[in-house]
Amino acid sequence: MKKTSLYEKHVALKAKIIDFGGWAMPVQYTNVIDEHKATRNAAGLFDICHMGEIEVKGTQALDLLQLILTRNLADQTREQVKLSALLNEEGGIIDDLTVYKLDENSYMLVTNATPKDRDWQWINSIQKQKLFDCTLEDISERMGKLDLQGPRSEEILQKLTKTNLKTLRFYHFCESQVAGIQTIISRSGYTGEDGFEIYADADVIGNIWDKLMIAGEPLGMKPAGLGARDTLRLEAGMMLNGQDMNESVSPLEVPYSWIVDAHKEFVGKAALMARKNSGIGNKLVGIEMTGRGIARHGYKVFHNQQEIGIVTSGTFSPTLNKAIGLAFVDMTCSAPETQITVAIRDTMAEAKIVKLPFYKRQK
Amino acid sequence: MSKPSPTDRLYSRDHEWVIDKGDGTVTIGISDYAQEMLTDIVFVELPAIGKKVAKSDPVAVVESVKSVSDVYAPVSGEVIDVNKKLENTPELINQDAFGEGWIAKMRLSDAGELKSLLSAADYEKFLKEEKH
Repeated sequence: MKKTSLYEKHVALKAKIIDFGGWAMPVQYTNVIDEHKATRNAAGLFDICHMGEIEVKGTQALDLLQLILTRNLADQTREQVKLSALLNEEGGIIDDLTVYKLDENSYMLVTNATPKDRDWQWINSIQKQKLFDCTLEDISERMGKLDLQGPRSEEILQKLTKTNLKTLRFYHFCESQVAGIQTIISRSGYTGEDGFEIYADADVIGNIWDKLMIAGEPLGMKPAGLGARDTLRLEAGMMLNGQDMNESVSPLEVPYSWIVDAHKEFVGKAALMARKNSGIGNKLVGIEMTGRGIARHGYKVFHNQQEIGIVTSGTFSPTLNKAIGLAFVDMTCSAPETQITVAIRDTMAEAKIVKLPFYKRQK
Repeated sequence: MSKPSPTDRLYSRDHEWVIDKGDGTVTIGISDYAQEMLTDIVFVELPAIGKKVAKSDPVAVVESVKSVSDVYAPVSGEVIDVNKKLENTPELINQDAFGEGWIAKMRLSDAGELKSLLSAADYEKFLKEEKH
């Protein structure tokens, strides 16, 4: 398994380590509920060094990105972040990734860990055909990433940087020093809370981790593992690539229509429009258990005794104190409040379809 | 650190404990080590009373936030009672695995099976080996 540069810190903290897409990652330090609640109430610090980063530079960098991504990036401003999707020719989602506009003609794509190599090959295969005036570089190895998430994140990070974080808007970033180390500070995340994604050289990001631990612990911050990251994102109604979507699923079947811009050309658009015209058969929806039991990935979903779909993510929600999940169901039974049942081992447990997200922070 | 294993009962290598009531019935649960490995238990599926199970078959299910784990019957027999409190307070297993967090009572179908279980001292020895 590959290890991030923070691996030894997780071991010293007695984290339970799991294999996540070939990476040895902390799933929990104490337990998921504690780390989840610390993030909702104060802050959580996550090692996200396993995610991928790809730089795209050159006078036609934007042309390449416009062709490979579903979102229109023409109006993206410098220091702005945009979520987008990378599709195959059939309109299926290879990855959902964020685009950082570092400067005119200079971008950084932040990819999910597992599909990173697939992204890299796909983007390069398109570039080889089109030969845009730009270069691609996979900088994942040398780029480290920490997520600091939760309502006290700003207060904690402000202790370590001169940049006035109050002026940093959501889904925007700045290049600035943290604890004397050059970083990219992005106000964004994957938990449904205010917070930051911090990028720095992998060799020195451990120093930032240590300083944040010292600054954050008195304010209730805890190191948090992938277990809490998963329950936090699910409560916030966010999808997990490879679990809630894969290359056979298009953005129209999951809550990603908003990142598709039909007014521009992009790879996969023709297939996507054809899917739209022939009618979308299935839809990803939120579900909530009303009966006993916890829906889990792979459990079957029924409506009036008919099988209508499958659970893609499911857990016990520590904030809401009930079992929640995401499920792919037949479009005709996808309306909120539809009564469904979930096959949990040998019982049929009652549930209903609900609107996303399950949890929204108070602003 | 898990709590020491009480000496008033026997243990399976799957981390269940068994108290022999001496009248052909037993109480079963999971060890403190097991609850520690599972961490935050948020759901327990109890067996139906009257259910007959063979030794090493799943008799209950415990779920943490992240995982689903079977509890294996440490002995063969019929379920005669279950700990209903676990339906609303599954965390009792985390808080008191050897006491309030008991899972079920069973009528033994073969008392001889008790001989295959471990004493508290042997179970602790087994845990030490398993951790290595």
